[in-house]
Amino acid sequence: MYVAVKGGERAIDNAHAWLAEERRGDPEVAELDVAQIREQLALAVNRVMTEGSLYDPDLAALAIKQSRGDLIEAIFLIRAYRTTLPRIGHSRPVETGVMACDRRVSATFKDVPGGQVLGATFDYTHRLLDFKLMAEGEVPEAAKADPRQEPTPHVTSFLNKEGLIQSEAQGEVSGEQTPPDLTREPLELPANRALRLQALTRGDEGFILSMAYSTQRGYGNSHAFVGELRIGRVAVEMDIPELGFAIEIGEVELTECETVNKFAGSKVEPPQFTRGYGLTFGQTERKAISMALVDRSLRSKELGVEVSNSPAHDEEFVLYHCDNIQATGFLEHIKLPHYVDFQSEMELVRKMRAEIAAGQAQDSAQEAAQ
Amino acid sequence: MSDYNFAYLDEQTKRMIRRAILKGIAVPGYQVPFASREMPMPYGWGTGGVQVSAACLMPEDTLKVIDQGADDTTNAVSIRKFFEKTAGIAVTEKTRAATVIQTRHRIPEEPLAEGQILVYQVPIPEPLRFLEPRETETRKMHALEEYGLMHVKLYEDIAKHGHIATSYAYPVKVEGRYVMDPSPIPKFDNPKMDMAAIQLFGAGREQRIYAVPPYTKVVSLDFEDHPFDPSKAEHPCDLCGAEHTYLDEVIVDDDGGRMFVCSDTDYCAERQALGHRGRLSPPETLAEEAAQ
Repeated sequence: MYVAVKGGERAIDNAHAWLAEERRGDPEVAELDVAQIREQLALAVNRVMTEGSLYDPDLAALAIKQSRGDLIEAIFLIRAYRTTLPRIGHSRPVETGVMACDRRVSATFKDVPGGQVLGATFDYTHRLLDFKLMAEGEVPEAAKADPRQEPTPHVTSFLNKEGLIQSEAQGEVSGEQTPPDLTREPLELPANRALRLQALTRGDEGFILSMAYSTQRGYGNSHAFVGELRIGRVAVEMDIPELGFAIEIGEVELTECETVNKFAGSKVEPPQFTRGYGLTFGQTERKAISMALVDRSLRSKELGVEVSNSPAHDEEFVLYHCDNIQATGFLEHIKLPHYVDFQSEMELVRKMRAEIAAGQAQDSAQEAAQ
Repeated sequence: MSDYNFAYLDEQTKRMIRRAILKGIAVPGYQVPFASREMPMPYGWGTGGVQVSAACLMPEDTLKVIDQGADDTTNAVSIRKFFEKTAGIAVTEKTRAATVIQTRHRIPEEPLAEGQILVYQVPIPEPLRFLEPRETETRKMHALEEYGLMHVKLYEDIAKHGHIATSYAYPVKVEGRYVMDPSPIPKFDNPKMDMAAIQLFGAGREQRIYAVPPYTKVVSLDFEDHPFDPSKAEHPCDLCGAEHTYLDEVIVDDDGGRMFVCSDTDYCAERQALGHRGRLSPPETLAEEAAQ
């Protein structure tokens, strides 16, 4: 006899209790604390901050702990928390030209004013498992140099002096204007560049990476050089109306990437280089480079470059599909019950099959009669 | 949850959603963009419906939440609990007792009355989406009332299959103007959309709200020679004997034995309490005990 499927509430409570136990793992093994995650899994923390749109390493580390290391789940936790916070205002544009760079490389020049600074990077490491880390993680102190005191000018500004690179329209979003906020307004197309960049920074690292990669392989070709990649801390300043001037409210670590792309010129423009831009929280350089390539690709129309049917040239395709929280929610919702709709589909398929069977029976009866 | 505002959302957000709802009611069937918030449940799991409900709920409201017509499916339980926790409002499983009903995939069998609000969870609000993937294009098509593509699709269905091959999320035309997606309800429910209650549709991920005001004409698209057919399984309910309700088909044994039961659990339970019996109803005495 059929007993209606009851007990959803108890099932949910039990599932959550079990999940908490699984998250903790074997109680014989020491528990991770949030500071350990923040310090030792910093690149995961950076990704969660970037795609979660919230600069708070402690909360990002907490989210990673709570989500058992599932970074998309952690990003989701941060986003759901962030949306409950009031929007007080916005900062002045951060001045990355005075960034205290921990890392700064240019692929377009052998040397640049301010120098090439390799910084803490996996580049040029040999990817050999270090079995020593299984036993102990203590490391000798690395060599130190005095930090540079002067500002480090952007590499693209040198090209700009010669007019070799397209100059950016100033004031699209100046310090006085309120920049658009994707988390407060529905996305409407066409989006301006500030909004596109916001979407790309929040977008899934894997998706943006693959989109960027596709442009390198010829789907909307725009060959890019890394004009400059810099990582370091910058001050965040905010105008306080009561004071009449800006004050520093804190410091954030950023990764900034500017790409330089070849452009053969058009009827109205002589040949020059064009730019792509990426900006992300913390050290997240794969994301920042990918973002710069996709940004450049989405600018094709406004730069007067040929626009192909490639996905990375398609603003609507990229912006509507880059958010992993939207994507994962909708993808995974197909786990929810759909039996009402499935039932209606079954009825329709049965009806159509019955009609086809009846038609075939009629045909064969007619053949037999002939 | 004392840290959160009544019904979770802050008042500014509610105001923004209420504006979208009012606009939706003023232009029946038109999809109003709104700044959907990131909710503490995943997109695709009812975030649009939850935001619309949150904007509608008042402390004196009584809420009912159903998924697939049932009050006890896991996601319905989860959403009901969310509002119990964040709004502290009364909840019910009785369709008649509810002032706000949030639903996924069904319209209750019991006709709704004036003063009630039915909130639908919507995955893809755009009825033309699978004919034209671009939002920039479909918005133009609605603006120009250019629905030829939809009629061609329905015609091609008939030419290929002998039927319109859509059994749920069956497109409707609202008050002779906008073609609207009724959310993935079975087409059996479409005729119920001419109703006395307010119908609100929330699509969180897609950032759209739309509405059908009370007593608005909602017509399922069809052709004169192929009229709309709100079909269902041709069985009575095995528990309450109802012949006029939408049924779930349940596989009951390893040989593929089946039974059919009302998908609207509240409606079915009420009929059984009134003494209606189906093919597989337990003997009277057991049912009485169960009711006590």
